[in-house]
Amino acid sequence: MALITCENVSLGYEGLTVAKDINFSIYQGDYLSVIGRNGSGKSTLLKALLRIKEPERGKIVYGGGLKQSEIGCLAQQTPVQKDFPASVFEVVLSGRAPKRGLTPFYSRADKKDALDKMELLGITNLKERCFRELSGGQRQRALLARAMCAAEKILFLDEPVTGLDPVVTTEFFNIINEMHKNGMTIVMVSHDIHCAVKYSGRIIHMDGGILFDGTVDEYKKSKIGAEFIGGHKHD
Amino acid sequence: MTDLFEYISVMFSYTFILRALIAGALVSLCAALLGVSLVLKKYSMIGDGLSHVGFGAIALATALNFAPMKFTVPVVVVAAVLLLRVSESSKIKGDSAIAMISTGALAVGILAASMTTGMNTDINSYLFGSILAMTKEDVVLSAILSFIVIVLFIVFYNKIFAVTFDENFAAATGTKVKAYNMLIAVLTSVTVVLGMRMMGALLISSLIIFPSLTAMRVCKKFKSVIFVSALVSVLCFVAGLIISYIASTPTGATVVVLNIAVFLIFAAAGKIINK
Repeated sequence: MALITCENVSLGYEGLTVAKDINFSIYQGDYLSVIGRNGSGKSTLLKALLRIKEPERGKIVYGGGLKQSEIGCLAQQTPVQKDFPASVFEVVLSGRAPKRGLTPFYSRADKKDALDKMELLGITNLKERCFRELSGGQRQRALLARAMCAAEKILFLDEPVTGLDPVVTTEFFNIINEMHKNGMTIVMVSHDIHCAVKYSGRIIHMDGGILFDGTVDEYKKSKIGAEFIGGHKHD
Repeated sequence: MTDLFEYISVMFSYTFILRALIAGALVSLCAALLGVSLVLKKYSMIGDGLSHVGFGAIALATALNFAPMKFTVPVVVVAAVLLLRVSESSKIKGDSAIAMISTGALAVGILAASMTTGMNTDINSYLFGSILAMTKEDVVLSAILSFIVIVLFIVFYNKIFAVTFDENFAAATGTKVKAYNMLIAVLTSVTVVLGMRMMGALLISSLIIFPSLTAMRVCKKFKSVIFVSALVSVLCFVAGLIISYIASTPTGATVVVLNIAVFLIFAAAGKIINK
């Protein structure tokens, strides 16, 4: 079942097209990595998939009963967040806000869900800590916990392990794998080809458009895949 | 000590001071609540820009013999919507757009004023504020406004947090980010216009910026930032009003200086706590 389908989508900034003729579907149960060099249009595609940015042409359709409030995303940290006075619990709990609609206050179930996700990610002890005082890895976990609170069907990750050390990176992907096994659809945007090949099931390689779309095994065998994996050893 | 209390009770027996107290405390409360979100989103200059537009509009209204509030409120609301639009589009950067609009409005206001009555005391009181400016109508308006701001703040608290902390996440998960930004901008513009005549067009934005920055020196939770900044704002206003009465100083400037003092104390306290 297709959750999101792109039909002849073109993406761009202020009239400058960065990617065109994009046609693909994200299916339930996918573990998809969108890869490509910087400026290949992959982050713009992510914004379009999340409906933060309108595509210049074409349509992005949500199917399978997918609602925006069932989406979770872990985006790159913004400058605003670096100095934000909020406790970790407040940040994680805000992942439940989309589901509240216009009803004020969080319910007991909301708070329990937030605590459960924090437990799962091992950040229960940080509950009352201020977000701005956390380390990079701790912040990423808090934001992942928030994304997990929001994600019911699909989770988007934008360069999720940039700046994390190898141990934390492995732990991070173990958690994502576990979520995927439990039925979550995962879409990751990354320029880290090695993590993409190692952990995901399907690869879309972008550069001004889609150059490759298939399984990881097919990608490794393809010419473009072999070149990209080989040429990015030092990434 | 009893002398002081007597002095203060005499002070509050004046109707104009009582009006200033009620309206000012309510406006300070609204400004502090809205300020937290504005400061965190790096929109603090919008408050400043809006107050200049407010000055321009009020000078124009006086020159053209319009009712000041009925003319100024819509003009400033429109300016708020425009400022937000411009800040969101990337063609002209937000800060330069605000600088353009605020100095432009200031120039228009000064021209309008000089062509009609000259730079009279009226204009002077708009720029630097006057405690005598608050009418009964203003008090009623401030009460209505603060009621609306507080209710909206409680009802939309979770959304305001989400939109302030991470606009993209909120938008991606289906929250109408633009609508919330607009709501905050419109409420800010009404707050600015209401507070402007007492605090002065050049000083009103400090009510928006100082209390939240002060609270952020020591608070580590969003909720406590909101409470502390509201408390600091109202207390600074009331204390400033009393001091300005006793020392015969301009009210607006006294309140701002008091805010600076409290900010410095909180900043020092924050340094000590975080050591």
